[in-house]
Amino acid sequence: MARFIARRLALALVTLFILSFLMYGLLEFALDPLVDLRENPAPNREQLIANRVRLLNLDVPWYQRYFLWLGNFLQGDFGIGWRTMQPVGSMVRGAIATSIQLVFAATIISILLGVTIGLVSALRQYTTFDYAITFVSFLLYSLPIFWVAVLLKQFLAISANDYLQNPTINWPLVITLSLVSGLFWAGALGGRREKKIKVFLTALVVTLAVFMVTLMTGWVENPSIGIIGVGVLSIAFALGVTAIFAGMNNKRALYSALTTAVLGTIVWWPLQWLFHYWQMSWPWMLGLLAIALAVAAVIGWLFGGPDRNISIRGTMLAALFTSVLIFVDRVLQTWGPYNDTPQIRGRPLATIGAATPGLHGDFWMQQLDRATHIMLPTLALVMISFATYVRYQRGAMLEVLNQDYIRTARAKGLSERVVIVRHALRNALMPLASIVPVDFITLIGGAVITETIFGWAGMGRLFLTSLGGQEVDPVMFYIILTGGLAMIANLVADFLYAVIDPRIRVNA
Amino acid sequence: MSNDNYENISDDADRIEEAVPDAPAHDTEIPVDTNDGGELAVERPTDEADEAYGRGEGVGEGQEVLGLSQGQIVWSRFIRHRGAIFGLITITCVLLLSLLSMGIGPIDGLWRVQEISSGDVINGGRPTLSLPGIGGSEFAIGLNPFGQDSLGRDYFAQVMKGVQTSLLVAAILGAVAITIGVTVGSLAGFYRGKVDMALMRFTDLIITLPVIVLGAVLGALVGRLPFRLGAGPELTAAIRDQMPVLLAVALGLVLWTGLARLVRSEFLTLREREFVDSARVAGASDWRIITKHMLPNAIGVIVVNGTLLMSAAVTLEAALSFVGFGIAEPKISLGRLISENQGAFSTRPWLFWWPGLFIILIALSINFIGDGLRDAFDPRTKKIPSARAMAKAEKQLAASRAEYQRSKEEAR
Repeated sequence: MARFIARRLALALVTLFILSFLMYGLLEFALDPLVDLRENPAPNREQLIANRVRLLNLDVPWYQRYFLWLGNFLQGDFGIGWRTMQPVGSMVRGAIATSIQLVFAATIISILLGVTIGLVSALRQYTTFDYAITFVSFLLYSLPIFWVAVLLKQFLAISANDYLQNPTINWPLVITLSLVSGLFWAGALGGRREKKIKVFLTALVVTLAVFMVTLMTGWVENPSIGIIGVGVLSIAFALGVTAIFAGMNNKRALYSALTTAVLGTIVWWPLQWLFHYWQMSWPWMLGLLAIALAVAAVIGWLFGGPDRNISIRGTMLAALFTSVLIFVDRVLQTWGPYNDTPQIRGRPLATIGAATPGLHGDFWMQQLDRATHIMLPTLALVMISFATYVRYQRGAMLEVLNQDYIRTARAKGLSERVVIVRHALRNALMPLASIVPVDFITLIGGAVITETIFGWAGMGRLFLTSLGGQEVDPVMFYIILTGGLAMIANLVADFLYAVIDPRIRVNA
Repeated sequence: MSNDNYENISDDADRIEEAVPDAPAHDTEIPVDTNDGGELAVERPTDEADEAYGRGEGVGEGQEVLGLSQGQIVWSRFIRHRGAIFGLITITCVLLLSLLSMGIGPIDGLWRVQEISSGDVINGGRPTLSLPGIGGSEFAIGLNPFGQDSLGRDYFAQVMKGVQTSLLVAAILGAVAITIGVTVGSLAGFYRGKVDMALMRFTDLIITLPVIVLGAVLGALVGRLPFRLGAGPELTAAIRDQMPVLLAVALGLVLWTGLARLVRSEFLTLREREFVDSARVAGASDWRIITKHMLPNAIGVIVVNGTLLMSAAVTLEAALSFVGFGIAEPKISLGRLISENQGAFSTRPWLFWWPGLFIILIALSINFIGDGLRDAFDPRTKKIPSARAMAKAEKQLAASRAEYQRSKEEAR
């Protein structure tokens, strides 16, 4: 394995080197750092040009300049953006975190959503539901992201803010959404006509009720979860996880997941005191999460019996979900104070920037601020990559469902849940390892556009402004960073593939 | 995430039928009845090509021996794909609309505005197009069906020019990318070994960067071309005029990678087939084997992915023009129209809606055509009767069987 990784790493480094060399050459042709001086009417123009040439070493041929640049780069001197005379290192400090945050959030959400929808679509092959999902994914695939982003800004953010300031319920919209939800669930759950009608009506009524309750009671203006919400949602999640991954008949798994959920809910109370008296930070959060997962694993192990792994997996998922809920609950508790700050003034959904300038909140308020900013760009990115995952997962799942071993599994009388989750889904997830890196690169590209529209000071925007400003060094930094990320993504994918697919021998 | 999410994977009895698509009609077991020719039972496909999947390989029924060429089979399947036909019609309409209204090259079209120039803004530049049912009482085109921009230029003319640019870029980019992709892929797949290694590493190199990043760099390069060539004003103008073509070629140099990989893997399997061996034994040259024997067998992959490339090209060109590294003045592109007018969204939303609508129409139609082609070329695609058709067929079968039973009893 070590040899495999070393070889891949070496190959990646060589590729990166050649890539940077070629791109440097291309940029030499595409950019002209003297462009503003050529038309400059100043009397000392020649001298200014000479200065610029000296500053950027323009008198050296570009391939020699490349090696000068490379030498500096490897020593940690990334060059300067000559327009501001700022070193690239300080230009990108905040930008990298901003971009990576955006791209990662979008990747994770679109994988989860896309895989689930694609899976259901495959199970309902050739139904109206399947055709509808196919159409929607094609539509999303054809949407120009910059167009969608502007629409999201205009309709979602500004209308939502208007609503929050002046809550008047838009009944046609509520009823349309409820109808869509009813149709979605009826299609997704499928079955005979009576069942479909029943599901449709239930989903319609439930969605409508949820809308009414949240809108009428003013929950939307002041959202919170509270200990009751955490408890109910955690137990529901625990039941769901057990139903999917272990089956309700596996009482040990069921009880261990429920125990975890209840324990997590009880812990909510002491945690509020901890959050109140102690200044929180990300290391704290990750530490608490790790403790929660460890405790959950112990619970699963204790309950487990002969089939421990299933129980442990279930409890850990439940613990993860409950932890996230507690986190979200605490963040939402600052909703009121956040809205009252002079920078927000009751319009929380942001359309510009990655953070509200001049907001001095505590850790929780910063998280809320970040969430309100990241929501729209992430949604725009998810919309484009969601379609890819749906199409891909649907295809992979259908491929697997037509295999002989699925027929065998059914023939020997396994329940449909086991056939789909254990036999089909696992194998259908494998090709995902090769599609995720490709999509990751696409998302980095998409982030270039999204950041520009939403005014994020991220890497993508830096790339565009530097390219437009004829600055070579920041552009090269961006290319190396993107290339490096892509290499890592590919490497991880190869590695994952080798681990999960026993047919691949890594030492070959 | 609520609990509802998981109910779809519960184990109720009727799920199994849902998960496994019903077998095609001729696969389901029907008690053999010598008197019943089956005419009543299953509606016979009117098109004889319907059931022919291979090219005469493993054919059981007489009607399939008729020997249809691959083109005929694919075509007959393609025209059955409703989405694809819809896409084909839409894109033809869009193309005709833009060509008829704005003409092509030096030939003028029929629309009253052929030279886009500024003028008086009438009625705030509001669109004069009115359709019955959608905010209008009768059908009327008016002077400026899509409205006017802030300088009073007719927006319909601009959008139609933009559509032409998009389609031109898509076509040229497709041609360039397919040429390079097929060449690289077939060489790598046919010769394997060192050639494969070198070509595929080169492909990896290009795949590493997001298309839009490479595209932006190339766009900047194309924009700077006149200066780098030291061109005079005339040549500069000529180059600017050919901007879409140059940009399309440059982007084609980036987008071929996916196709190359697919063609390579197709060739790797094809070259092990017997017909390639027999061609080689017969003394065919490599060139002949590649072009005459293998490429026609890989045509499905090429056509399908070439189509999808073109739809990607439309959105890519628009995105690049939007961020300012694509098509520049004086050429019009849909992306540039959106970019120029995005500030006016709250006051003149139509400036934003029309170009976006046409981008979506073009990209969506091409995607649907690609999907139809994929189904048409895929030998595994079978037409699966819908649940309703199956129920109807079963009912007919039961009726005919009952009738037969009755007639037998009467005879007795």
